[in-house]
Amino acid sequence: MPTFEPVIMKGIGEMDLADIDVYERGGGFSVLRKVMREMTPDAVAAVVTESNLRGRGGAGFPTGRKWSFLPKDGRPRYLVCNCDEAEPGTFKDRMLLEKTPLQLIEGLVISAYAMGAKQAYTYIRGEFLEGSRIFRRALAAAHSRNYVGDRILGSDFSLDIVVHRGSGAYICGEETAQLESIEGRRGEPRLKPPFPAIAGLYGMPTVVNNVETLCYVKHIVDRGAQWFAKIGPEKSPGPKIMSVSGHVRKPGNYEIPLGISARELIEEYGGGLLPGRTLKAFQPGGASSAALFEEDIDVAIDFDSLAAKRTMLGSGGFVVMDDTACMVNCARTLTRFFEHESCGQCTPCREGGQWVARMVARLEAGEGSEEDLRVLNVINNTITGTNLCPLGDSIMPFLASVLKRFPDEFAAHVAHGGCPLKRMAAVVA
Amino acid sequence: MTPERLARGQELVARYPKPQSALVPFLQYCQEQDGYVTAQAMRDAAELVGITPGEVESIASFYTLLFKEPVGKHIIQVCRTLSCMLGGAEDLQSYIKRKLGIGHLETSADGQYYYEEVECLAACDRAPCLQHNLEYHYDVTPANFDQLLESWQAAPPQPVMPAE
Repeated sequence: MPTFEPVIMKGIGEMDLADIDVYERGGGFSVLRKVMREMTPDAVAAVVTESNLRGRGGAGFPTGRKWSFLPKDGRPRYLVCNCDEAEPGTFKDRMLLEKTPLQLIEGLVISAYAMGAKQAYTYIRGEFLEGSRIFRRALAAAHSRNYVGDRILGSDFSLDIVVHRGSGAYICGEETAQLESIEGRRGEPRLKPPFPAIAGLYGMPTVVNNVETLCYVKHIVDRGAQWFAKIGPEKSPGPKIMSVSGHVRKPGNYEIPLGISARELIEEYGGGLLPGRTLKAFQPGGASSAALFEEDIDVAIDFDSLAAKRTMLGSGGFVVMDDTACMVNCARTLTRFFEHESCGQCTPCREGGQWVARMVARLEAGEGSEEDLRVLNVINNTITGTNLCPLGDSIMPFLASVLKRFPDEFAAHVAHGGCPLKRMAAVVA
Repeated sequence: MTPERLARGQELVARYPKPQSALVPFLQYCQEQDGYVTAQAMRDAAELVGITPGEVESIASFYTLLFKEPVGKHIIQVCRTLSCMLGGAEDLQSYIKRKLGIGHLETSADGQYYYEEVECLAACDRAPCLQHNLEYHYDVTPANFDQLLESWQAAPPQPVMPAE
């Protein structure tokens, strides 16, 4: 059994941390008290920078550096908490929102203090209605005890937090699309630069941070930068929640020290594969990440080790596929996802995404051709790297990786007019 | 616009530095009352935030949880993305469609059920999952779907799509 003691998942499943009395009894808001009593905003920011915390939303950008880009020019600045979790295979932010909303609020207030933001927005995915209700109740409770609002805990610092519920659009998880969405427009990503730190929400300096990132800020300020920096690899430190799903015995959220192997994650945390099955492929970082395979099982789970394998840690959506999974079926599901979620601004993503999804669907249905395979093998170069935001660049990695690793499986769909795996299953049955 | 709707609209506008930020929250509120986003709601929204009804329609059309035409009282949204597919979502989808006699994005003739296959609902550890009027149901199988359906019939949801 894993021995790593959870940090931000501590107490989840054991007590009702959404209840402010329970949360306080477990030490909740003591870090905020300490910050308000004895730390300057710069001191808080310095600890976060020194910890080398990297954003837990997907991009892995150093949090302290992101904050440091805010210009000191007297304009109002905003903190946006990104709770628009929709990367397929990822379900950690929803858990944090529902199970420990006050921890999120504490991290959010500390972070807003560090960057000098008096106004924050929490953008909650539209489907998370229940989570948004839990969060609103937690916010009202925190407000009633002066952890949020005017002159927090008797200090000069005031912070208002507005909850903004999304209404169904994966792309609004991209930070500039999220700002557009809060401003009441279509969630279409903006051209960068300018980056949000310079011209973000309502044209003002803005930082967008992920839910999990903000939760860690609280613990880094409490336990010190060195505590965090010493967990895991030097350039990719700290604990991280991995959402493990697919063909494992115990799917769920697991808080791991970064740097453990995929094998350990699957076997020790995820309970291993189902009886009699073998590993075929896994996606380490959500639908946008390239697949890895049986031979990669000892890869370390951290930002840089996965990047070295030409895939990514992303948001930590770890999906396991065993030998019963058809790679064409998996690729069809994921290419359809990106086709559906493209905002439509960039031609390679809008048109390319549609054609790729159609070709893969054709292959799965047994109506594909050699020509489809040829096109799928070269189209990567014309879609990837030619779009405003990362969505377009996420269409191809999984498909390209499985096409390269299992070319025969794709070819068999053409030769047999459909899925040989399904046919075998039907014969056995 | 009814005085009640205007009052709620103004409350939402007051939350933000600029009125247009209240547009989607206002449409969510109208949908909660009307069951979908009506043409009148879009005109009201345009008036409230100071843009044209055409612009409102363009924005509303971007978001999948805003329905631009009437849908059933029971909104059933089944996940179709990778982890749920690996967990048997396709069998569940076929079963529900057969059972209700409707397809993807369709409402039953009696106006009771609307069925949609949606993208990842962030509940991959409990696959396959679905939402019924935005309420989660986990580890759904053809067998326990029947029980769910009975419980929904016994206690019809109010409202269909809550705003907050």
